[in-house]
Amino acid sequence: MNGTSQLSYAFVVFISAIFTQNILLSYFLGLCPFIGVSREIKAAFGLGLAVIFVMTSTSLLNWVAYHFVLEPLDLHFFRFIMFIIIIAAFVQFTEMVIERYSPTLYQRLGVFLPLITVNCAILGASLFMVIRDYTFLVTVGYGLGSGIGWFLAIIAMAGIRQRLSNERIPRGLQGPGITLIIAGLMALAFIGFTGVLQGN
Amino acid sequence: MKMAGSENKKLIIEGLWHNNPVFKQVLGICSTLAVTNLVLNTMVMCFALVFTLSLSAATVSILRNFTPRNIRMMVETLIIAFYVIIVDVLLKAYWPEMSGNLGPYVGLIITNCIIMGRCEAYGNSNPPGKAFMDGLFNALGYSFVLLIIAVFRELFGMGTFLGFAVPYFSGPYWDKWIIMVMPPGAFFMLGIVVWVFKSIQMAKEDKSK
Repeated sequence: MNGTSQLSYAFVVFISAIFTQNILLSYFLGLCPFIGVSREIKAAFGLGLAVIFVMTSTSLLNWVAYHFVLEPLDLHFFRFIMFIIIIAAFVQFTEMVIERYSPTLYQRLGVFLPLITVNCAILGASLFMVIRDYTFLVTVGYGLGSGIGWFLAIIAMAGIRQRLSNERIPRGLQGPGITLIIAGLMALAFIGFTGVLQGN
Repeated sequence: MKMAGSENKKLIIEGLWHNNPVFKQVLGICSTLAVTNLVLNTMVMCFALVFTLSLSAATVSILRNFTPRNIRMMVETLIIAFYVIIVDVLLKAYWPEMSGNLGPYVGLIITNCIIMGRCEAYGNSNPPGKAFMDGLFNALGYSFVLLIIAVFRELFGMGTFLGFAVPYFSGPYWDKWIIMVMPPGAFFMLGIVVWVFKSIQMAKEDKSK
């Protein structure tokens, strides 16, 4: 494939990762923090930003690790451990760098970074990238798009939940229950984007 | 002996009902919710989860006195990953079709919060036998809720159960609810299941007061 078509394919993947194939709403990844941290917009915003950053970087790092280390050595089954270690190490490293150079940013994002290691969306993005055989350029688009998609979903949910806090909801449905129903409605809305793009 | 029996019984009830991972803790649904559109997929996935959770809780518990405190999380993750790799390799070798269907979700069991949660909360401070029981029944409590979701999704969405056509639901009188096999159906079903079970629990609590 030549450069231009690669680039346009990467763009298609980027857009579809945000809307039609949203990692949260159509693949259910990263649901735990989505339900736990979506109570207020401010926290959701911080976590969302951290996810965009970590997801993009780790999917690239994992691409390099997979194609230059695991594939030549024929150690495919080892990828779970490799990816998890890379993600954990990267998150730890980022935390240290941010703490050292930007205390204000650290105050905002610091609490969320350790949470991200166990966010399944991060590992999920890397695994999808391997399964779908993306090239490096496409992986950039995919990682960034998935991160932004997750960010959008959690921000929207936090906004809705803030409004909901004054509503009367049946007792059993309060908290996670209503969040899941709203997530279903959101997923329904995002399905409306199908057909805008015919890319995977 | 009797003492141990009653304690096990407590663990069973805690895991299956009072402290059920899905509707009480709402943890770890990510990796499994995605495959609930077919009962068969869900069963395989749940089996993988039961295997991983019970054995890794036991392993964490065996190693709990030798693991340095500050790298505990890393060790736990590696133990979990070890069991997940076993499941993944076995599936690939003996049931490649299913392995393809489940895609990345088998690997995602590693980041399933419920496993890490049980290892941290229970396996870390209890003997192996009890940790195994706790893990086993938490995983079973999790599986039974997901199987309920899967049964309804497959029945309403495709009119089948385990791939076999169900009378009436697969006939011309039943308009198949396509929405049930699509992602929003999973969210709705889980929301409803959480609602129903929580209401039952709350009603019981009110009564006992």
